[in-house]
Amino acid sequence: MENYVIAMAVSAGIYALMALGLNVIWGLAGMINLGAVGFFAIGAYITALATLKLGFPIWAGTILGTIGAALVGGGVALLTGRLRGDYLAIVTLGLAETIRVISSNMIWLTNGTDGLSGIPGPLRGSLSPTQFNLLYLGVVAAIVAVAYLLSERLAQAPFGRVLRAIRDDEQVAAVAGKHVMGFKVRAFAIGAAALGLAGALYAHYTSYIAPDIFVPLLTLYIKLALLAGGLGNNRGALIGAFVVVFFLESTRFVIPYVPGLSAVQGAALREFLIALLLLVLLRYNPAGLVPERLPRIAPS
Amino acid sequence: MGLALLDVRGLRRSFYGVHALSGVDLEVEAGRITGLIGPNGAGKTTLFNCVTGVVPPDGGAVVFDGVDITGWRADHIARAGLVRTFQIARGFPRLSVFENLLLYGDRQPGERVATALLRPAEARRREDELVARASAIARRLNLVRVLNDPASALSGGQKKLLEIGRVLMASPKLVLLDEPVAGVNPTLAREIAEHLRGLVAEGLTILLIEHHMDTIAQLCEHVVVLAEGRNLKEGTFAELAHDETVQEAYMGRREWDPLRRAAGR
Repeated sequence: MENYVIAMAVSAGIYALMALGLNVIWGLAGMINLGAVGFFAIGAYITALATLKLGFPIWAGTILGTIGAALVGGGVALLTGRLRGDYLAIVTLGLAETIRVISSNMIWLTNGTDGLSGIPGPLRGSLSPTQFNLLYLGVVAAIVAVAYLLSERLAQAPFGRVLRAIRDDEQVAAVAGKHVMGFKVRAFAIGAAALGLAGALYAHYTSYIAPDIFVPLLTLYIKLALLAGGLGNNRGALIGAFVVVFFLESTRFVIPYVPGLSAVQGAALREFLIALLLLVLLRYNPAGLVPERLPRIAPS
Repeated sequence: MGLALLDVRGLRRSFYGVHALSGVDLEVEAGRITGLIGPNGAGKTTLFNCVTGVVPPDGGAVVFDGVDITGWRADHIARAGLVRTFQIARGFPRLSVFENLLLYGDRQPGERVATALLRPAEARRREDELVARASAIARRLNLVRVLNDPASALSGGQKKLLEIGRVLMASPKLVLLDEPVAGVNPTLAREIAEHLRGLVAEGLTILLIEHHMDTIAQLCEHVVVLAEGRNLKEGTFAELAHDETVQEAYMGRREWDPLRRAAGR
């Protein structure tokens, strides 16, 4: 049981990192990204391949995965710079699905749908499972804390102000003297870096990745985390991630008490319950648990 | 003349075969308010869009302060000192009034990612300077009490004042105002006109689109009339108000009351 709780805490931390990343792209800059899981997959695959096939140390693979995701993110923003709203959503959704299909079919590199196993974890060989879980939880918690502080700085600086201005009206932001495309590319790259880092952390934690892990549902969970926590602010992203993981996991324990359900029906009922919980939450907190607040500045 | 702060030559732009601008010339002299009038569809806003880089022109030249800025990106033009407002008070509803002002500030080191993360003293000092300037502008425009409110919560008149305030934050040389008093009450319209007059006295140059003829008569030393994407006439307001071609262009008849009434004041 304690291993289970620690594992859930690690997974909440990884969700939180993804939520922080998506918050920069979607929450601050207003770019709808339905392909978050694609950047998560890029980070995971890059570090898995770098450590397994090229013998890179874990930290180097993780950095490579983060940079790789950031570069792809910046490239996507450059290509889709003129797309807005629904169109950007479709393109990013397509991108994530493309990455999944490629990883299923490029068998010589990714081992196809069988996935990659035996991805190293820090000190996994010399620690007991509980010790390893605790160590990893510490690492993830530290990374999430640093990511949170950096995100806060970005959001509160004039940089974040420009992103929120672009979210409201791109054309007026350009007339205000801001290079809109440049800011969009940076925001997308920063957010994608966090998503890629989350993917790399996931890969080294579970030691196994396969294409069927990187499904659009994961993107939706992160979006739900942001909506539940409060879009556009970093505390909301953290809290929302924990709420969503809590919902996901707690429903698991409720299902066995419902009589007369097959396993498949149980799984479907779980999704219903998660949806219901979020609907109730948003019914009473339409702006999320921690609504975005405007900074108060004292006139001088 | 060569003295004009803004010199537009033969500007052309069409949208799907419709000629919005077919060779417009315009000179804006420094240190005064130039009015731009004309019936709906004359191409006034398209001219603003082409001059400020929001819409690229098909042909012609835009020279600002001696530099050819034709086809420049909107943000480059704004940073060169040519800043505009929009006809329908547009802006950033989910930013506070203060942030709306600060955003327009020039030279902001904190907009770079590394500076935003490291927050060096130089960036904090610049932000303090901008806060001081925004505060002064807010005092001048009577916006101090709403500074920390979201811009969406402002009244229509306050939004118009904020438009002017934002433009001033950019320390511009030339301001293009698209209907700054449209839809505001007469008292506030006079107040806005006073603000504009005061700014010009301090050295700003303004190009103004307005349908409110009283305001044009009050403020503009020189008025340019556009019709159907072409220059129709230009001169003082008094000259134009009695001009038959101008009256015809506006209403298709000779005697157009608002023009004459405003001229008679």
